[in-house]
Amino acid sequence: MSDEIVLKTEDLTKHYGGVHALEGADFELKSGEHVAIMGDNGAGKSTFVRQITGVEQKTRGRIWLYGDEVNFAGPLDAREAGIETVFQTLALADDLDVPDNLFLGREMTKWNWLGPFRLLDYKRMREATVAGLERTAVKIPNIRNTIRNMSGGQRQCVAIARTATFHSRLTIMDEPTAALGVQETAQVENIVRQLKEAGEPLILISHNMRQVMDLVDRIIVFRRGRIVANLDRRETDGQDVVAYITGAKTGADYAGAA
Amino acid sequence: MTDKSHGTGGLTFDKSKRAWPNEFNIFIALLLIIFIFEALGQLLPYMKGQSMLFDFNTKRDGTILNMARIKIIILQVSIIGIIALGVTQVIIVGGIDLSSGSIVGATAMISMSFAQTELVNGNPNPKAIFGSWAMDLPIILPIAVGLVCGVIAGSINGLLIAYTRIPPFIATLGMMVSARGVAKWWSKGNPISFPTDEYAAISNGNLIDGLTFGLFSDSWVMTQVFDGQNPAIYFLLLAILFHFVMKYTVYGKHTYAIGSNEDAARMSGINVAWHKVMVYAMAGMLAGFAAILLTSRNVTAQAGMGFVYELDAIAMAVIGGVSLAGGRGSIIGTVLGAMIFGVIISGFTYLKLDAFYQEMVKGGIIVAAVVLDQWRQRRAAMKA
Repeated sequence: MSDEIVLKTEDLTKHYGGVHALEGADFELKSGEHVAIMGDNGAGKSTFVRQITGVEQKTRGRIWLYGDEVNFAGPLDAREAGIETVFQTLALADDLDVPDNLFLGREMTKWNWLGPFRLLDYKRMREATVAGLERTAVKIPNIRNTIRNMSGGQRQCVAIARTATFHSRLTIMDEPTAALGVQETAQVENIVRQLKEAGEPLILISHNMRQVMDLVDRIIVFRRGRIVANLDRRETDGQDVVAYITGAKTGADYAGAA
Repeated sequence: MTDKSHGTGGLTFDKSKRAWPNEFNIFIALLLIIFIFEALGQLLPYMKGQSMLFDFNTKRDGTILNMARIKIIILQVSIIGIIALGVTQVIIVGGIDLSSGSIVGATAMISMSFAQTELVNGNPNPKAIFGSWAMDLPIILPIAVGLVCGVIAGSINGLLIAYTRIPPFIATLGMMVSARGVAKWWSKGNPISFPTDEYAAISNGNLIDGLTFGLFSDSWVMTQVFDGQNPAIYFLLLAILFHFVMKYTVYGKHTYAIGSNEDAARMSGINVAWHKVMVYAMAGMLAGFAAILLTSRNVTAQAGMGFVYELDAIAMAVIGGVSLAGGRGSIIGTVLGAMIFGVIISGFTYLKLDAFYQEMVKGGIIVAAVVLDQWRQRRAAMKA
């Protein structure tokens, strides 16, 4: 694990009108590191992710990606910069098939002079899709099938496979296994381990303590819009983390926070 | 070796288990409906064993098909069918367009007023709208005016829906009322008539004969099949074009994506608002083109033209399997839906049923098609 810093935020803040959903978040992610973000509902986890992925515009604060300061105007900006997000709501179009979804918004095309009517290069997209799915060891019987006809696990795998297809520089997963069964969860966790082996940095938002303890290097705890703890997984345990989440404890560095 | 299984991780799927495309079911339904009318013609006592599509007694057409009726079936759905091609895209993107009939009315009046001829049998045009500066203009002008009118009306729909976030139902309902108002205001309610011969030829000429330089003018195909069928030919050409556009271009893919999951489309970086404007503008342009064909065919324009065409167009799309929930459907389906629509209407005329019953049954068919769509969706949801 090198010490290059993938993502750094400073004083990242988001207010929705009078609601302070996120307040002064300072965060760092090192190359190849897998970090979990935990916290109760409404603690600011998803808000934090929406700011760094450009889905929403931050109220205040600065973001650096691989040392360069970034200001994303929209999610496509973030994607082009190499941040791939698996959203809580999946962000898949049910009536389209796997390649269509993987390349949605950035289709491979030919005859580009036709503007919005430029032609889709189905063959190249299919080949790239198969390559991407093989790389993440995702098993799908027929990639021409529409998402609607797939199981929850397969859908989640498709969403995750997007990251592998596009050589992302940072992967963010927002509760990827919340709606999945045991086997499907195991399948998704395997993909996460593959990413770890491949040295791909990851931010994982999860409520699942066992999963977090299994998969990540570091745990960040959010409470009431603030970061209250930064814990090394090897030096902590489930009970400890729960204490931070509920507010029974606050990290030494964050004494003034909540 | 070519891998045709499209599976990953060593998995493949059994192609024989793949479901039929929905269009195939609709085609079967079309054949079934034709068969029912054919059978009723043979069985109902007052029909005296007539046939709907075949003509066994006389050989005057040189074919056993009843060409006259088949041509009418296609012709009467083709103008509304062109509107339905646009409405299909609007429904797939997750909207609805109630304004297309009124856009036809307004566009008909406006484009016809630029297509008039100065002298009718040596006398000044009795229905003249403008002075002589607007008489006998090159044919491209009224066509361009018509298409631009349609695009403007459609764009207003799209801009309202995309940027004020009002439901498409309301925005296009407003346009439906307003555009009809424009149609009536344009000539203070008077009909606009006597277009140039070129304008009248748009619908009444023989496009294919023109395109083949009159080489086959005397052939059976030209006199029996293509003559007087220009609206149908335009309908089929546009259907092929938009089938291609919806299936093989970025525009089509984004249309399906937005209708399927608008949030996903937005998160993927698609400019959803702008894309919707394009789709509604496209529907407006097709309605404008339908108005040109309609006025050319009738050689007159009236403010009431296109009345409730929007509902017929929506019905064609829905019968053709376009889901009102958005994201699903196809141009092929809509063309088949238009055919079913045409066969049913001709069938009723052929069975000598009163027009009152036709309308009653038409309403029922639309409802039945939506019920069928709901049922299909539920079944698909249960399988998944």
